Amino acid sequence: MPRFPSVLFPDGESADGLAEPAFFGDLNFGQVVSAITAGHGDYELDPFFFAPLHEESAVEYRHEVFGDLERDEVHEVLGEFAERMQRMRKRRTLAGKIHYPRQQQRWFLDSVDSYCAAVAFLQEGLDRVELRSRGLQAMREHVTGYLSGESFRALLADTRDLQERLARIKYRVHVQGARVKVSAFAEDADYSSEVEKTFAKFKQGAVQDYLVDFRDPPEMNHIEAQVLDCVARLHPETFRALAGYCERHRDPVEATIGRFDREVQFYLAYLAHVRRLSQAGLTFCYPEVSASSREVFAEDAFDLALATKLVPDTPVVCNDFRTSSTERVLVVTGPNQGGKTTFARMFGQLTHLAALGCPVPAARARLFLPDRVFTHFEREEDPVSLRGKLEDELVRIRDILRDATGRSVIVLNESFASTTLQDARYIGTEVLRRIIDLGALAVYVTFVDDLAALGEETVSMVGAVVPDDPAERTYKIERRPADGLAYAAALATKYGLTYQELRRRIGR
Amino acid sequence: MKVFLLHGDRDGAPDASPPPNRHDLTQDLELDTLFDAMAAEDEFLRDIVPRVVFASLSEPEEIRYRQQVLADCVANPAVVRDLYAIAVDARRVERKVWFGILSRESPEHILHRSVKILEYLVENLRQLRQIAAEHAGAFDSPGFRRFFAMLQEELDDDYFALVGNHLKELEFPHGVLMSAELGAGNRGVRYGLHRVPHRGWLERIAGSSPPSYGFTVPARDEAGARALGDLQDQGLNVVANALAQSADHVKSFFHVLRAELAFYLGCLNLHERLSAKGAPCCFPEPRPGTDVALTARGLYDVCLALRSREPVAGNDVDADGASLVLITGANQGGKSTFLRSCGTAQLMLQAGMFAPAGSLRADVCTGLFTHFKREEDDTMTKGKLDEELARMSEIADRIRPGGQLLCNESFASTNEAEGSELARRVIRALTESGVKVLFVTHLYDLGRSLHEQHRDDMLFLRAERGQTYRLAEGEPLPTSYGADSYRRVFAPATGSDG
Repeated sequence: MPRFPSVLFPDGESADGLAEPAFFGDLNFGQVVSAITAGHGDYELDPFFFAPLHEESAVEYRHEVFGDLERDEVHEVLGEFAERMQRMRKRRTLAGKIHYPRQQQRWFLDSVDSYCAAVAFLQEGLDRVELRSRGLQAMREHVTGYLSGESFRALLADTRDLQERLARIKYRVHVQGARVKVSAFAEDADYSSEVEKTFAKFKQGAVQDYLVDFRDPPEMNHIEAQVLDCVARLHPETFRALAGYCERHRDPVEATIGRFDREVQFYLAYLAHVRRLSQAGLTFCYPEVSASSREVFAEDAFDLALATKLVPDTPVVCNDFRTSSTERVLVVTGPNQGGKTTFARMFGQLTHLAALGCPVPAARARLFLPDRVFTHFEREEDPVSLRGKLEDELVRIRDILRDATGRSVIVLNESFASTTLQDARYIGTEVLRRIIDLGALAVYVTFVDDLAALGEETVSMVGAVVPDDPAERTYKIERRPADGLAYAAALATKYGLTYQELRRRIGR
Repeated sequence: MKVFLLHGDRDGAPDASPPPNRHDLTQDLELDTLFDAMAAEDEFLRDIVPRVVFASLSEPEEIRYRQQVLADCVANPAVVRDLYAIAVDARRVERKVWFGILSRESPEHILHRSVKILEYLVENLRQLRQIAAEHAGAFDSPGFRRFFAMLQEELDDDYFALVGNHLKELEFPHGVLMSAELGAGNRGVRYGLHRVPHRGWLERIAGSSPPSYGFTVPARDEAGARALGDLQDQGLNVVANALAQSADHVKSFFHVLRAELAFYLGCLNLHERLSAKGAPCCFPEPRPGTDVALTARGLYDVCLALRSREPVAGNDVDADGASLVLITGANQGGKSTFLRSCGTAQLMLQAGMFAPAGSLRADVCTGLFTHFKREEDDTMTKGKLDEELARMSEIADRIRPGGQLLCNESFASTNEAEGSELARRVIRALTESGVKVLFVTHLYDLGRSLHEQHRDDMLFLRAERGQTYRLAEGEPLPTSYGADSYRRVFAPATGSDG
């Protein structure tokens, strides 16, 4: 059997034990991860998001898998496989907790049954579809080998036989007062449907459902257990066979299949999130990635954390950016609340998502695989004096510049809130020069317009507003020299009441 | 068993979501007066009537179906009120069959309560059949004929006997017999319920029973008794659900009956009020939407008539084929009243009601909308023109080809040139999209420019000076009669206060 370690890491590394990177808070990346992994809690997917890749080939390996999973036929197979494995684990957990042995044994049998079905389903499913990724192709080979092996075949045969025998058992229970009598089944008409038929003529459409959803505690009560004991006395051999089965098969899940089951959830969870946002008209793409070139761009990119909150009620504003061969630093200026911070976060998120081998929130993109991502955003909660606040900010920026290399990505959202404009311009210029000297790729958000034109390494990006109605934000960040330019629409246009627009809206 | 008195093919659906513009319609057409008169202080009627009125019918055929049922009601008011009383009584069953509130209801409780509810409702069903047997002959409309025939066919004596037996058997005098299989975790699943076989004494002595094992829950074991109850509940679950749903269906039948009759009761109330005033009404002639029509004799504003002690003046209109009716002329000349009378009559026609007119013929529209000048701006967030345009934009979101829009002084919150230009564009887009527009305006520039087009599908009405409240065909005139109003209001010696 070929060695197949992992559908996430071609070299079989593990992300377990990694800590959350420091920039998660600033970039709202924790929110992104929570939104993506919501509903996938059992799999402990978070560490996978802490482990950026540094080589183009590793990113390519994941792009391939994503590509396969984006096709419905492949996606369905893995989705269904995951559901079946979950069913298995749930039953397994139950079997561990249960007190009555006849019930415990059955839960165990049921869990193995789910496992066999899940693995067989996976093999059939993967066989049926075309796979282009190395990761899934290798998994298919592995599963096929495992299924034809002796140990699995014996497990399957044993499980099936016992399930069939138990499924054939039917019985009657007669309750009269405190007396209970259990006997073999006898064919007889169902009285409930007879009653239902009598009143069928009054059917008026949907009504409330009165079926009581019985609190199904995993554990039987002692009356149920007594009934089960009576049933066992009616079928003694079947129940003896069940006890023997549990002795023979103790830990049926194969290690590689267990790892795959968890790792593939990284892809499924991410794609589910992509799908949710795509339905709102947002676009994701596979970025071209490079570990060397800092010529990056993105078109129609957006802040994934913000979009997750806004969709589907509020439209999401998309933005573009681009650096040429000499440009290193996007300097973002413009009015407050104009989307500058969102733009900076978006840049950082895109970089990290690309390094995770994921499709990124943009229509088209080329991104840089950095050695590390550094961020500095203003901290509002620090209860220090203004002077202390400025110093604290400078200390943190200094630390970043000390640790960063020319291969790093730096996202700085400076405030220098306590200084005069003159000081802010001076400090900003100094910091920006250092970043430029370092050669790192950076976004620099500032309220000092002059910094936008510091040199050929800087690109000026400006937050746009509607001049006539400054309360109305466009949240567009545009590449142009720092000034304001937009025009008010005519009132009728604003309300969609022009002749053409009205005709379109009314139809015919 | 279906009521089908409001529609020939479906329930009245009084819970259907009402059109979002109902508040505008109510405010602009002053419909509260109409609804209050129809409700005659019955809260339930007050709730139902607007829902039915706003759920306009769109096919002439449907409208005629309802007109015929209404004609039966007008001819047999006492029988209809009796039917309504039975439906009201049936709705009281919940209060009469009272079992207290349980935190979690068991199938046994549900079953027991449902038996009691059905025992009660069976009596109401008997009363309905009684009325059907006695009075069916006096009703001519397809709606009522079908309704009475259904009661007599479905609810015969055999059926009442069958139901009685079931309700007795469901008290389980011989215990509960269930069947089951082993499901996940070896718990019982697919519980079935069966009749306990009645074995004679001979069989019992012969002892030909299949093998069985059993146990008895000790009297002291309270948890065991509860668990046994739970087990039994598994077997009763399906039948309890079936019976509870059946009870709901029967209740729902009475609910629908009550709601549908409530509308006709409202019509009866209105009919009595108008008759007492000597105000005429007629069953209008609905025309399909393809046949643009509006012809009336003595069309009056029913809400104004209900409020005033004097008889109100009606208008004659001949606007067949007109997709735009532009109304200009003197202040206090009855323009707004006329516009409201058209809107209200249109709603009444499309609800299958009689119309406030000597005669009326109109095409059915796909939706009625109003855009009236608003004096106040509650929000203060927008300018007046902004507010007007925002409302027009909301209308544009919803109005469809075949719709009808009533405009009262729209676009008057800006200067005449700008307002006229806006109005021209909107009117053109609307009429070319197949929307009928009735437009009251002071904007002379608008009226003149439209009149100069000399189009067959535009009709120009003018309110005359002097308080006749009558409108006649006539081109827009350059001077507004605002000066008249001014003089009247500021007159040194007040002759009449209009």
